[in-house]
Amino acid sequence: CRCRALLSRPARRLRARRGLAAGPEMHFGFQTVTEEERREKIYQVFESVAKKYDVMNDSMTLGIHRVWKDILMHKMNPSPGTLLLDVAGGTGDIAFRFINYVRSVRERQLQRKLKHHQNLSWQEIFESYQKDKFNSLGDSQAVVCDINREMLKVGKQKAQHLGYSEGLSWVLGNAEELPFDNDKFDVYTIAFGIRNVTRIDLALQEAYRVLKPGGRFLCLEFSHVSNPLLSRLYDLYSFQVIPVLGEVIAGDWKSYQYLVESIRRFPPQEELKTMIEDAGFFKVDYENLNFGIVAIHSGFKL
Amino acid sequence: RGGEEEEEEEEGWHQLYPGHIPTSPLQKALLAAGSAVMALYDPYRHDMVAVLGETTGCLALPNLRDKMKNHPEGYHILQERPRIRLSTLDMARLQGLPDGSLGREYIRFLEDNKVSPDTRMPPKFVDDEELAYVIQRYREVHDLMHTLLGMPTNMLGEVVVKWFEAVQTGLPMCVLGAAFGPLRLSTRKLQVLATELVPWAIRSGLNASCVLNVYYEQRWEQPVESLREELGIFPPP
Repeated sequence: CRCRALLSRPARRLRARRGLAAGPEMHFGFQTVTEEERREKIYQVFESVAKKYDVMNDSMTLGIHRVWKDILMHKMNPSPGTLLLDVAGGTGDIAFRFINYVRSVRERQLQRKLKHHQNLSWQEIFESYQKDKFNSLGDSQAVVCDINREMLKVGKQKAQHLGYSEGLSWVLGNAEELPFDNDKFDVYTIAFGIRNVTRIDLALQEAYRVLKPGGRFLCLEFSHVSNPLLSRLYDLYSFQVIPVLGEVIAGDWKSYQYLVESIRRFPPQEELKTMIEDAGFFKVDYENLNFGIVAIHSGFKL
Repeated sequence: RGGEEEEEEEEGWHQLYPGHIPTSPLQKALLAAGSAVMALYDPYRHDMVAVLGETTGCLALPNLRDKMKNHPEGYHILQERPRIRLSTLDMARLQGLPDGSLGREYIRFLEDNKVSPDTRMPPKFVDDEELAYVIQRYREVHDLMHTLLGMPTNMLGEVVVKWFEAVQTGLPMCVLGAAFGPLRLSTRKLQVLATELVPWAIRSGLNASCVLNVYYEQRWEQPVESLREELGIFPPP
């Protein structure tokens, strides 16, 4: 039954593809390609999905991706003055949440300060308002870095549309070779991006490099469901429904077929934990969301 | 473990023709439902109309193919598999043909409505390579239908052609398009549609022989009127 063939996807050894050029072989979903080909194909996937990225995320996850991202932000619990690097941040979801979060923390800070200023003269109160008003973010900054121009474009447009201006910068860059100095950032996040990086080890090394000592690495990514019943339902949904959604909503079956295949190919929780430790991070830990459909990995640079 | 099995496993697809995406019955059902909704919601999504046609044509397409097989000209077409594309059409020659000839009127239609035969979607979800050609042929011949019926490419014209095609091909996508298309028309147009155009389209569709059995590429010189008569299409109102 063709249905079964599409459901059961066995893990595959990398095999030589006929007539292929030189270069180490890797997976692109369930295909076997060279490293260069993989980067190229993934770039094209995101170029093609950029405009409908957010709509598709909402449809595929029934809006639950928003909750996952909120949880990530709560786990991060950034205080005003934090410098965040969001890699593969394309359309800005994490960066916007970060700004909202520090803004509300800042507001509460200011309110508490004001409560203690009951005995000041009107002049002094006025002055303190002025000072703090221009500091609604408390010097927090979010840098959004993405390898794909189209995704960044969509992100910038969204920022304008939603009214985000201060505290945000947009940088074109490759997670495997970040255009930043060492020891720069307080927090490094990569949400649903590391799966698309061709050399995950390099990306992790770069993450370590650009973080300040004491900085935190956070990774939100699709992971593996161990519960067998849930796993079958998840597979059914992934392989039967998601490409259809891709075709109907975005007119693009193939990119979403790639998406669900790439999720199956990505290392499971423990393996990713080891990779993060190998890059030098300490206190590496992960939290499963929705039974492992998604996992947040965290590590510290000491 | 033959070489062929390895090849299939390697690709992961059972691709029957370039562009083919194999789908399970569940996927086809979901696609049919989804594309129907999307096509109604956003009529500019021509790709959705195409997908709807492919996923619901499992009865009508073999029927059409058999009609073609049992007709000498249709059989010829199935053998040679001609394609109507800008690259295969001799535009200069067709433009030079006398007014009223199929070739001349077809070019006039393309120019007036600013359309091109190259914008037809190639089939993706048909699981039989011959049937994929049949639906491709149906799509490429659609503009010729407009020419033969004398209908423009506005909403009204498209609906009329859909009625004709629904009767001729039995494709559920045509039936749905014919039934739901009018929802987007004004009442005045609906009146014209209901009283004159649709009855004519249905009568012609029923009376005419199968339009896919005509090797149009060999008949560019033939006058449109003569072709209409030969097929059994009544003159447009």
